[in-house]
Amino acid sequence: MTFSTIHALVLRNLYLYSRTPVRLVELVFWPLVDLLVWGYLTVFLQKHTGDSFPYQITFLIGAVILWDILFRAQQGVALYFLEDVWSRNLLNVFSAPVTNADYLASTYVIGFLRAAVTSILLSVLAIVLYSFNLFELNWSLVPFVFNLLLFGWSLGMISTALIVRWGPAAETLAWAVPFFIQPFAAVYYPIDALPPAIRWIAEFIPCAHVFEGMRDGLKDGSISWINLGKATGLNVIYLILAGMLFVRMMKTARERGLLTKFVSQ
Amino acid sequence: MQDPVLEVTDLVKEFGSVRPVDGISFDLKRGEILGLLGANGAGKTTAINMILGIVTPTAGSIRVFGKELAKERIAILRRMNFCSTYTQLPGNLRVWQNLTVFGKIYRVPNLKKRIDEVLELLEIAHLKDRVSGNLSAGESTRLNLCKALLNKPELLLLDEPTASLDPDIADKVRKVVKRIREEDGTSILYTSHNMRDVEEVCDRVVFMHQGKILFVGTAAEILSHFQEESLESLFIRVARGGEVEAAADPQPVTSDQ
Repeated sequence: MTFSTIHALVLRNLYLYSRTPVRLVELVFWPLVDLLVWGYLTVFLQKHTGDSFPYQITFLIGAVILWDILFRAQQGVALYFLEDVWSRNLLNVFSAPVTNADYLASTYVIGFLRAAVTSILLSVLAIVLYSFNLFELNWSLVPFVFNLLLFGWSLGMISTALIVRWGPAAETLAWAVPFFIQPFAAVYYPIDALPPAIRWIAEFIPCAHVFEGMRDGLKDGSISWINLGKATGLNVIYLILAGMLFVRMMKTARERGLLTKFVSQ
Repeated sequence: MQDPVLEVTDLVKEFGSVRPVDGISFDLKRGEILGLLGANGAGKTTAINMILGIVTPTAGSIRVFGKELAKERIAILRRMNFCSTYTQLPGNLRVWQNLTVFGKIYRVPNLKKRIDEVLELLEIAHLKDRVSGNLSAGESTRLNLCKALLNKPELLLLDEPTASLDPDIADKVRKVVKRIREEDGTSILYTSHNMRDVEEVCDRVVFMHQGKILFVGTAAEILSHFQEESLESLFIRVARGGEVEAAADPQPVTSDQ
């Protein structure tokens, strides 16, 4: 892994965003729509339930922000690859002295930056519009958010690996993959809300434990070490497996000439 | 002749039942320009992609600078570069931004100065601040060439570099190619459908057909052997299959091996 190579690849993406500010709309617009819809739904429910308003519903706003951290991190990794496909730059990058590790590390940085931009913006807006302060969770927020980033990176690598394997026709997976798991990820509702027959699926999804842990934290200010431990353990496993899948797919792509097909299609 | 910069030995690529490259062997000497010639589907681009490490060979070996490509790919790629008419640099970035990114990837020292040099060499210094996507086809090709020359590569792979250029710009590109070979001793593997390119620029030609090498030699030697007036007429004859079997010699016409 070479710092100068990672720096160059990150720089390429930063140039891209500075050159085409309209791309920032994608980082801001959809998350903002989500925040407004879920935020005003929360306000509406709050008005009509009075003192019996359950804390879980307050967490809807937090869930919107935190889901977006995961989603933007995943997008940072997956769209990074597609940017090179769309600009017909893929062969220039993969014929340059860039290792898989350099490439992945730069996608992680971009994923982190994307998540940071969106989450900071939404957090500030949530305070201004709904008086919802995600940072009431204090330092316990940090390891949970970090776990969301890790899982976003894993999903990003899986998305990219599948796009490499199945070609340009599969590029919608860059947006779809996180939503495959969202119903089981306990983002807006607790794991207990799932039917018992499929509840076990949530147990294997790191972000489900993050959202569970953060709901607990919001309720009484405590840190749910069990949930944090489960999320971290699963994330380590997913990162290793996703990395192995990415490397395996790149090897397959070279064997089958799949990278060159992105140029010719 | 010095040791070869590039040695391709019994190279094979299979995609299922298709064999676009079928046991080719050739070498490229230091400071030599070797033309890779053949009709569409001859296997030229697949061969180049294998030399770049983008496609893994099914069999055979590729040695660059005396090292196995399969084992030391990254170290080798630092000393070579590539330009293809089928690739582009990101159209949203300015010319200098694209060259900065690739200059950093190739660890080019004094990068700003080098960017100015290559832009001057290709006569597009006035486009430095332009958005790459707004360049004409000819300007875009020259920008690709700038990228390929940034790291002063010892081995340069050019895949149809003049394909989209008008005769004036194509002539300038050919002159640049010859100049960098003379000034820097760059070894160049050059594919083209333009026979004039090949005759004017290449020291030797590898003529491919259906994944195999039909013959290797200078343009003059090949024309003499096959009693053709031009490479273009020979190209057409081979591409249409006429007398290919009779013309084909399993051994190259000339080889320094």
